[in-house]
Amino acid sequence: MKRLYTLLSVLVLASMALAACGGAPTEAPATEAPATEAPATEAPATEMPATEAPAGDLGTIKIATQSPLSGGQSLLGVAIKQGAELALEQLGGDLTAMGYDVQLAPYDDQATPDVGVANAKNIVADSEILCGVGHLNSGVMIPSSEEYHTAGLAFVSPANTNPVVTTRGYLEVNRVVGRDDVQAPAAEEYAFTTLGAKTVYVIHDKTAYGQGVAEFFRTAAEEDGIEVVAFEGTEETSNFDAIVTPLVAANPDVVFFAGIYNQAGVFFKQAREGGYEGTFLGTDGMDSSDLAELAGDALTAGGGMAYTTVAGPVSAYPAAATFAADYEAKFGAAPEAYAAQAYDSMGVCLTAIKNAAEAAGGTPTRTQVAEAIRALTYEGLTSTIAFDEIGDLPTAKYFIIKVNATSADTWNTNEIIDSFDLPSPGK
Amino acid sequence: MKQFTSNPFYKFILFPIGQMAVFVLGASLALSVLIILLAYIFRSSITANFDLVERTLLILPQVLINGITIGFVYATIALGYTMVYGVLEFINFSHSEIFMVGGIVGVELMAYFDHTGALETMNQYVVIALAVLLAMIISGTLAVTIERVAYKPLRNAPRLVPLISAIGMSFFLQDAVRLILSLTTGEFNVILPNFGTFDEFLVLAVPGIEAPLRFQIKSMLLIGVAVVMLVGLNFLVNGTKIGKAIRAVAQDRPSASLMGINVNLIISITFLVGGALGGAAGVLFALKVTRLDPFVGFFPGLKAFTAAVLGGIGNLTGALLGGLVLGLLESFGASYLSIFTNGAFGAEYKDILAFAVLILVLILRPSGLLGQTVAQKA
Repeated sequence: MKRLYTLLSVLVLASMALAACGGAPTEAPATEAPATEAPATEAPATEMPATEAPAGDLGTIKIATQSPLSGGQSLLGVAIKQGAELALEQLGGDLTAMGYDVQLAPYDDQATPDVGVANAKNIVADSEILCGVGHLNSGVMIPSSEEYHTAGLAFVSPANTNPVVTTRGYLEVNRVVGRDDVQAPAAEEYAFTTLGAKTVYVIHDKTAYGQGVAEFFRTAAEEDGIEVVAFEGTEETSNFDAIVTPLVAANPDVVFFAGIYNQAGVFFKQAREGGYEGTFLGTDGMDSSDLAELAGDALTAGGGMAYTTVAGPVSAYPAAATFAADYEAKFGAAPEAYAAQAYDSMGVCLTAIKNAAEAAGGTPTRTQVAEAIRALTYEGLTSTIAFDEIGDLPTAKYFIIKVNATSADTWNTNEIIDSFDLPSPGK
Repeated sequence: MKQFTSNPFYKFILFPIGQMAVFVLGASLALSVLIILLAYIFRSSITANFDLVERTLLILPQVLINGITIGFVYATIALGYTMVYGVLEFINFSHSEIFMVGGIVGVELMAYFDHTGALETMNQYVVIALAVLLAMIISGTLAVTIERVAYKPLRNAPRLVPLISAIGMSFFLQDAVRLILSLTTGEFNVILPNFGTFDEFLVLAVPGIEAPLRFQIKSMLLIGVAVVMLVGLNFLVNGTKIGKAIRAVAQDRPSASLMGINVNLIISITFLVGGALGGAAGVLFALKVTRLDPFVGFFPGLKAFTAAVLGGIGNLTGALLGGLVLGLLESFGASYLSIFTNGAFGAEYKDILAFAVLILVLILRPSGLLGQTVAQKA
């Protein structure tokens, strides 16, 4: 009997340790970062000598990042973290010179709202964090930003496109990219005029982002008289038989997938195997080289594949050439989508903290930082950033990109068909 | 009839294959008739720009093939649940992770062949055979190890305790695999390399039917391998001394032990066989869906567990029937719900339909389709 108790207690301890690894937000970044990318651990070491001299005199300022660092969307999430990390290293000098020790506090939201909110509670509890960069997923950003709003902590989003992110009118929430209620109609316009689509099959991933995009697309399609033959939501990530069979039978001109690449890639491949020959269309969630890794030839076969995005390839931004080279030198891979936007978001944070610190004549409060973000005009890599009264860019850039890649290495051969600046629809 | 049942060829090869054929045809036919009837009934009430009956018939062959394919995957996994339940009377929830490990091991082997360039020169069926074999060995060994570490010390504990241990094991394996993958390849997704002719179709033009029937080679391979394994399992359990011992332990462990059966060894063998089947199913599943990740086992595992319950848990034939019925139900639900409801209910509701049927079956037959009501063991 005694042996049994010993075993049971060992088991309980083991499962507690397990739970800590799996879900606990504070543990996640610390344990994950070294595992996912080795350079991350080296970064502070190489950075230290430069910042050492006056560092710590006035205390520590931390800037948080929240993005999926593990799981199926980690490629984009890690790119956000790394873009922010590079910006902190290159642009943090002003604050260091003022006597602050500036640090990055990366958090892994696992692309899951629950984890994002739990992390957000930790972030707002850390009084040294004055600004944040994140998230990747609108569905995670929206609930997490309620926490930021309550605590008055400003966040700059490099990637969230769902309108609700800013239309709540929170002072603390800003984004450096466009919106889905502009992006999805742009995709529909492309389907209607360029592709001449008459029938479209809409699939979304049941997240705030995917379903939002899908609904904007459907509304626009119905206005133009395109027949929406189906409007499906699915969380499936491996076996898409159930959707492919009716899809092939309906044989629409265009399949619009509103979701993220890790799901879409598998679906595109299975749809082509099932015999679908039309065109795939998506939005900025498709913009990852992993899409080509997953879908392979399916992207160029038949009618091919195109997507709209709010974050064009780095080559589309003239100011970002040095950034791309530095990023590749530091992390050993070309920047994925949103890395440059994360760099700009971090730049906004740093500049705002500096402005607020100068105005306050000491360490600023979170509210002062949030107000400084709304007041500044920042010359970023991707655009000149100045926020309107709800935290959107007054005009944002949108791209339509045709995929020519069939593997991850050739992702940069994708071709920009069109790009345009469109005004933000406001509240 | 007598000479049929005594001849081992009939008993162990023809009979189980015949049984599978009856299950497949029976379930397919029943659902097809039902759906065609429904199509005629609702034909006039649906205002779509296509004819409901025509559309139903057009996709029916593909729906059946999809359902049978995924049904065999469920059946192969379900056998692992049902065998363990048979001997130990608890649900081995870590079985879905054994399935996942098998799949990842198999795909990584193929990726290794791809990396060394051997994939292009090797016969594609040899590659699959090697991957399945390796997955069976690794998954089988893993299952035995898990039993030794996590279940054996708890064998005399209340029945809920090993169940919790199994759930813990399941989480542990998911994160362990994730950790190993991120340390070795740094990738979350495990992607099947492109090789061979598995994606191609065998096209059968049937006179009188407009759309030709398209059988994807990998679906047929999957069904073929599953059938071979199920026949092998049937032989092992019903035709060998080990099988006799397994059945004896399942019926009455203390008495089996008194009769000189090494109960621990038999339990290990049960886990070995169940795990190996799960591992093989993992590779077949990977071949079909082309992408795996450390969390991919959860849903197929849950469905297979459901299939085992639907068929009557503890009953091997029941697991096979349950898997096929669930696979077909899901396929029918997913493909026809949206057409019949004019888009109001999409494919996302397929599980609700499948599980509604499950609940109905269990209300009418609480012990499952083929289960017998056994008195609760002390």
